[in-house]
Amino acid sequence: MLLTKQLKIINRVSARAFSAKEVPQFTKDRYPVKRGNYNALNDHDISHFESILEKHRVLTGSDTDMYNIDWIKSVRGASNVVLKPKTTEEVSEIVKYCHAQKLAVVPQGGNTGLVGGSVPVFDEVVISMSLMNKIEHIDEYSGIVRCQSGVVLEKLESAVNEKGLIVPLDLGSKGTCHIGGNVSTNAGGLRLIRYGNLHGSVLGVEAVLANGKILNLMSNFKKDNTGYHLKHLFIGSEGSLGIVTKLALHCPTAPNAVNLAFVGLESFQQVLNAFLLAKKELGEILSSVEMIDEPSLMASTTMCNLQSPIQKYPFYMIFETSGSNDEHDKEKLNNFLKNAMEKSIIVDGVATNEPSKMRNIWESRERIAESLLKMGYCFKYDISLPLSNFYDIVGAVRERVGSHAKLVSGYGHVGDSNMHLNIVCEKFSQEIYKLVEPFVFEYTSKLKGSISAEHGIGFHKPKYLHYSKSPEAIELMKQIKNLMDPENILNPYKVLPLS
Amino acid sequence: MSRVLVGVKRVIDYAVKIRVKPDKTGVVTEGVKHSMNPFDEIAVEEAVKMKEKKLATEVIALSVGPAQSQETLRTALAMGVDRGIHIEISGKDYEMLQPLHISKMFAKIAQDEKCDLIILGKQAIDDDSNQTAQMTAACLDWPQAVFASAIEKADNGLKVVREIDGGLETITTKLPAVISADLRLNIPRYATLPNIMKAKKKPIKKLTVADVGVDIKPRYEVVSVEDPPVRQAGSIIPDVDTLVSKLKELGHV
Ligand SMILES: Cc1cc2nc3c(=O)[nH]c(=O)nc-3n(C[C@H](O)[C@H](O)[C@H](O)COP(=O)(O)OP(=O)(O)OC[C@H]3O[C@@H](n4cnc5c(N)ncnc54)[C@H](O)[C@@H]3O)c2cc1C
Ligand SMILES: Cc1cc2nc3c(=O)[nH]c(=O)nc-3n(C[C@H](O)[C@H](O)[C@H](O)COP(=O)(O)OP(=O)(O)OC[C@H]3O[C@@H](n4cnc5c(N)ncnc54)[C@H](O)[C@@H]3O)c2cc1C
Repeated sequence: MLLTKQLKIINRVSARAFSAKEVPQFTKDRYPVKRGNYNALNDHDISHFESILEKHRVLTGSDTDMYNIDWIKSVRGASNVVLKPKTTEEVSEIVKYCHAQKLAVVPQGGNTGLVGGSVPVFDEVVISMSLMNKIEHIDEYSGIVRCQSGVVLEKLESAVNEKGLIVPLDLGSKGTCHIGGNVSTNAGGLRLIRYGNLHGSVLGVEAVLANGKILNLMSNFKKDNTGYHLKHLFIGSEGSLGIVTKLALHCPTAPNAVNLAFVGLESFQQVLNAFLLAKKELGEILSSVEMIDEPSLMASTTMCNLQSPIQKYPFYMIFETSGSNDEHDKEKLNNFLKNAMEKSIIVDGVATNEPSKMRNIWESRERIAESLLKMGYCFKYDISLPLSNFYDIVGAVRERVGSHAKLVSGYGHVGDSNMHLNIVCEKFSQEIYKLVEPFVFEYTSKLKGSISAEHGIGFHKPKYLHYSKSPEAIELMKQIKNLMDPENILNPYKVLPLS
Repeated sequence: MSRVLVGVKRVIDYAVKIRVKPDKTGVVTEGVKHSMNPFDEIAVEEAVKMKEKKLATEVIALSVGPAQSQETLRTALAMGVDRGIHIEISGKDYEMLQPLHISKMFAKIAQDEKCDLIILGKQAIDDDSNQTAQMTAACLDWPQAVFASAIEKADNGLKVVREIDGGLETITTKLPAVISADLRLNIPRYATLPNIMKAKKKPIKKLTVADVGVDIKPRYEVVSVEDPPVRQAGSIIPDVDTLVSKLKELGHV
């Protein structure tokens, strides 16, 4: 299988695009932010951590570098210690100690978060969940999986595949991100249109609270209406209310038949028409609807040396179907494509059920984020917008930044009204920063969109939270935070605006 | 030059995990996704490009295999091949079919169809034999240019750049000839929807082994097919000192 090997080398996706060469400025220098009233880490703290964990699971000095910088290199913390627990009890001991000593902590999963939430702002203690990677149980009958939170999404995917199941979410970062990170960010991804979001799929969690107490909310059932549904507090709260240590996830049955189409379209209106037609004609088997504009595809094909399946068009879409009968699905997909072409909704395209071709097509979509990053500094926005105005923002931003940007592009989960807007420039500059923020948020807010569809709020967006949430909602969030973490040691400076 | 013959084999898709049959006679093919052998896609692309450059007038694709090989031929037609030939063979007969048999079939078809050039993939990714092109050349007594990474028209034939150990070799050959395609020859196009529709009207001629008169008695026997050895699990070492002492312990330094 020589070719298999050759192609694997060529196709290798590396989500950890960490390079020591270009290190961003320290967050405390680049952004106006004041350190909270926490104690500074001392040698005694380190030896205490070493007494909880084995010595080699307490990283200090330059070993902490990559845990201080986020994937898009937009922030850089100055933490001097990274802790790698393996058990819930160890996490509990660590947090209990930090709580008593008034040391702030940052839980870190795969560090693929795109809003600067996963790394320290100052010198917070990093708790890396990467060794909490045990899959405890997979129940083939109910499809319920229990695992620790540090399992890498792709590892979980292959483990459940062996049992005929799939994980209900799929992201470009799957080779690196953790299922616990996904839960903490309520990650969306490519199949949300089919399987819904994690508030539905996560059946239970176990979390360590700010005082070190272990809160067991695990459940083996889809149906459990006993009291308040506290698990939701940990889904999407980005490590600000507790550290997720375990979870129970409902995994659907793996489809026998997967088919994929990649098509070219002349205008955004045709993208909408194609979406509508796909919903009608592909109904229950539709599992993904993605949109890519020309600049985005140009980025991934040129920067990652990939092949576009078709010639240039202003817009491209990917339709995926997942079902139980290949003949049935193929026929439906082909009919849909035929009709869409007859109505001139789509101009050109390819359709395949060959795993290698499907993988190559997905790569051209999934590697856009990485490609844009390779082109320079990337301002990224992840917004929900009404479909009727979905793409207008790309033009509006393009006009506003003019020649300051190398490229302005939009792509994303159009099936879920979720756009990834990207502005790539040579390097970070305050000038461009001020041109795009708060403009993008104001624009989104005017359309009653969400300023963060799936990536979360993290460090970059607390001050913009009000564009999408009412004062009453923000007030209640603060009260909940205060109730659960009165010392504010869990992931400070993130999620909620300073009062 | 007028007519080019290309080979298209239906193989297990390279992104699929291969499983060996419990009785070790081969690999599991049932219910497994197949696609065109990637090196054959490269061969097809090259032939279609030749036609686009008017170096060829007609491109014929030949597939030897079970009924589903027609799908592989359809893909070739959608990529721009003019017509297909399917030599149908299935079951045990197909499982026992060997490169020499295929070579003889290619030789026969090339003569019947009056082809001037045969382009084959350098190997099929299932059995990795890398023999068909060479043996086809021998059957026909035609020159061969294998592992091609570039093909150009030359004064009275073709100039072919070959991938060889440690570098490239450029040769010229007269026609008729047999070429095998290497990975870097080109990047094959996708079969697009409009072309798939057009390809539905293109003809595929169906033949049997008897029609081509090739004796398919196996020349060798497959004794056993084994999984590659499982890689031993590695272990993560906390620091350089431990690494050095471990290496010493194992006697590597
Ligand atoms: C190429 C690429 C593609 C992406 N595609 C998508 C996409 O399609 N959809 C999408 O939603 N996101 C996407 N993302 C963003 C990112 O992958 C997700 O937000 C992911 O869920 C983060 O997981 P992680 O393990 O890397 O978490 P991290 O980045 O390590 O952390 C994210 C946040 O969660 C907190 N956290 C992590 N683990 C825990 C825990 N166990 N307990 C408590 N808090 C915790 C951190 O403190 C931080 O606030 C993409 C990112 C990249 C780089
Ligand atoms: C024949 C029959 C079949 C049933 N089958 C099912 C079934 O299959 N599955 C199932 O889950 N249940 C079932 N139920 C139970 C019941 O129908 C459900 O619990 C239903 O959701 C209650 O709705 P309701 O409007 O009648 O609420 P009510 O009975 O009026 O109230 C239920 C609770 O909700 C509160 N509440 C009601 N409205 C509001 C509001 N607007 N804001 C805040 N609180 C409010 C009430 O204070 C009360 O605590 C069934 C009941 C019957 C009689």
